[in-house]
Amino acid sequence: MTPVIEMRNIVKMYSNGVVANKGINFSVERGEIHALVGENGAGKSTLMKILYGLEQPTEGELLLDGKTVEFKSPQEAIANGIGMVHQNFMLVPSFTVAENVVLGAEPLGKGGMLDTKQALQVTADLSKQYGLRVDADAVLDSINVGMRQRVEILKMLYRGAQILILDEPTAVLTPQETQELFVAVRALVDQGKTVVFITHKLREVKEISDRVTVMRDGKLIGTQNTADTTTEDMARMMVGREVFLNVNKAPQNRGDKVMEVQNLSYVSEVGRVMLRNVSFNVYAGEVLGIAGVEGNGQTELVEVLTGLRPAASGDAMVHGKVVTSKTPREVRMAGVAHIPEDRLTNGLALDASIEENLIVDRYFDPPFRKGLMIDRKMVLKQGQDLIEEFNIRTPNGQLPVTSLSGGNMQKVIVAREFSSNPKVLIASQPTRGIDVGATEFIRDQLVQKRTDGAAVLLISADLLEVMSLSDRIIAVYEGEITGVFPDAASVSEEELGLYMLGVKRQSFEEMEAYL
Amino acid sequence: MSFNNILQSIFSALFVASVLRISTPIILPALGGLVSDLSGAINIALEGTMLVAAFTGVVVSAYTESVLLGVIAGILSGLLVAAILGVFHLHLKTDIILAGIAINIMATGGTIFLLYVLTGDKGNSSSLASGSMPFIDIPLIKDIPFLGTAFSGHNILVYVSFLLTWLLAVFLYRTRLGVHLRAVGENAEAAASVGINVLLVRWIALLMSGFFASLGGLNMSMAYLTLFQRDMTAGRGFIALAAVYLGGRKPWGVLIAAIIFGAFDALSNQLGSLDVAPQLVQVIPYVATIVALVVYNIRQKAVALERMRSFQEHELTAQQAVGD
Ligand SMILES: Nc1ncnc2c1ncn2[C@@H]1O[C@H](COP(=O)(O)OP(=O)(O)OP(=O)(O)O)[C@@H](O)[C@H]1O
Ligand SMILES: [Mg+2]
Repeated sequence: MTPVIEMRNIVKMYSNGVVANKGINFSVERGEIHALVGENGAGKSTLMKILYGLEQPTEGELLLDGKTVEFKSPQEAIANGIGMVHQNFMLVPSFTVAENVVLGAEPLGKGGMLDTKQALQVTADLSKQYGLRVDADAVLDSINVGMRQRVEILKMLYRGAQILILDEPTAVLTPQETQELFVAVRALVDQGKTVVFITHKLREVKEISDRVTVMRDGKLIGTQNTADTTTEDMARMMVGREVFLNVNKAPQNRGDKVMEVQNLSYVSEVGRVMLRNVSFNVYAGEVLGIAGVEGNGQTELVEVLTGLRPAASGDAMVHGKVVTSKTPREVRMAGVAHIPEDRLTNGLALDASIEENLIVDRYFDPPFRKGLMIDRKMVLKQGQDLIEEFNIRTPNGQLPVTSLSGGNMQKVIVAREFSSNPKVLIASQPTRGIDVGATEFIRDQLVQKRTDGAAVLLISADLLEVMSLSDRIIAVYEGEITGVFPDAASVSEEELGLYMLGVKRQSFEEMEAYL
Repeated sequence: MSFNNILQSIFSALFVASVLRISTPIILPALGGLVSDLSGAINIALEGTMLVAAFTGVVVSAYTESVLLGVIAGILSGLLVAAILGVFHLHLKTDIILAGIAINIMATGGTIFLLYVLTGDKGNSSSLASGSMPFIDIPLIKDIPFLGTAFSGHNILVYVSFLLTWLLAVFLYRTRLGVHLRAVGENAEAAASVGINVLLVRWIALLMSGFFASLGGLNMSMAYLTLFQRDMTAGRGFIALAAVYLGGRKPWGVLIAAIIFGAFDALSNQLGSLDVAPQLVQVIPYVATIVALVVYNIRQKAVALERMRSFQEHELTAQQAVGD
């Protein structure tokens, strides 16, 4: 059987000299779910952008159903039935869901005017047909990430895509949303579509894909039937060495109370109580994990603690100094470092270079400040050091941070926050969208910081991550603490799940001693 | 003149008429500013575009003795200025603000220079006999006492500006190109990814804004006045930009904002006879804009505080209830 897609000898050199694909032969069979995995910067997105006509290959050819094709633009790819959902969403915030779905190919009614009813109808129909739940007339700004993703997929289906490329679709999803997406992906395949699926989560590869292709450093390492391979094999192929998916933790040496949170509450702009009388302490030398289904107040908690939002009541203190309702700079000066969950909005200055991003939290003090100026030499040196230490894949630090692959952008943030010698490290989804090798590195570093005596507050949607890294775990549900587990190692996933869903709840007296 | 007289004159049909007359050369460029702003590139060369069109219209209509040719030439000159901005901004990638400032300065100097070359006068073109665009009497309405004076007998551009506002609203919200234009302005990458030609859309938006601005310019020199004066636009291109934001970046909102600016302008003419400096009155709309923004901001803070307070009160009573 001829494969539906065949890419032969693809070489891609970007204008800045980075060779992202080095002679790749990649093929996809009709009707399969094909997973594409590889480290950050391995060239996965680049390869798929070439297939989608967004980038032109420097060398090599593309065959569709055995016939040579050339896509100079996404339109040509779309016309040939290829659709791509990007790692970063491509949606218009003030438009409705339906308007986004039909954008660029709007149905027209009488007199050449837009037919809004028709657009709503088509969106609703497609949504029903593939089980991709959306509110066709909701404004995009008001819907959550999971639904935005479904809008992106519908957009491609509306254009008649037969082959769908999903670039890290689950990176931003909760476990529940991921399951929902998988159901939809299976429905798509049942109805004759082909799916290429990029992910860093090897568990997902096992769960959803028929075949898997591993890339490393711009080269294709191999393609296998998923059933014939294990997650360990895949990890080894990706990184080129043995990867330990379990972290080794030194025994805990818990010190003094560093951060103290007392009766913290937060009410959202629309008047919803997002945090209700939350109290807990974080001690030196511990990782305190917060387990909860996304959207139960974790985001708000982190943003209140880091000065990005004001508290409605209550306080948080670092070494007895109040940090609530202070500016982010003051909070940072008090010794708090923050890895934000949304790296593009809160983590990076997208127009600045990599090395500038690495010093934005400290440029105002020596050694980076010399008199009234910034000492460029120091910035350059710091950039070089951190790029090397954290293995950020880039030719040099003067490049804009947007030239990095998604995972390498995260490494820039991690490098900055870890190198600031924090007393408290608040890490929100620190390994989201990060490859296994880098995940291993970041987790090791987090544990290292804790062993060195920092207080670490870890928020992650990845339950296994919370359980394997934390010394102590707090479960949250609808903005309240439902349980505290002083020994993270002795709690099971199922047990924790019950507290995260609010089914079980400890009384305040039970929790008091351990918070 | 007493204060009462002034009040009387404000509530007169003549005052309404003067507001409409004075607003038009703000409405037109404001619509142009709106289009370019929505497409993602704010056209700050509206002022210069107006000047160039005002000048070209007068000169061509004087030499050809044809109002129509003058108007066409004026519009073409506006499109040309927009095209120059387009080449600099869209192709050579200069900052649009810098390119716009350069164009404004060039328009001021250039028109004075050409005026001097053509007429030997650096102040105005009174030696050139320019035509005027037609004034329209609206049948029926013109015979109704108050309405007739207020709304009939204006220059054609007054009516055209309302018509264009309506057309622009239809264009932006009901047509493909209009929707694409707004999409490009909000998320160009997303627009490009679904096959919208971002560059082409930006070009169209800039040219449209040049078109609107040139009508605004022609309104200055070939309607109520039929001559060109140096710097005769007197900042209207910038006021228009303010109107874009005050009007919430929506066509009808922009129209209303422009009329508000126009009304204060008209008011300052009325107050000229009073002992208040007209400059003080002219400042009112800008002060009002700033005050509105400040109030909006304070209100948001107050709402946030109120939210907290009601939450705390609520919690306390809840806790007391439990305590009892
Ligand atoms: N537009 C660009 N210009 C220059 N270099 C680029 C560009 N896009 C990507 N690169 C570089 O090409 C390499 C491959 O990037 P790519 O985005 O394909 O990686 P990836 O496998 O998708 O990684 P991730 O898992 O982190 O998303 C990286 O080194 C990246 O810095
Ligand atoms: Mg990628």
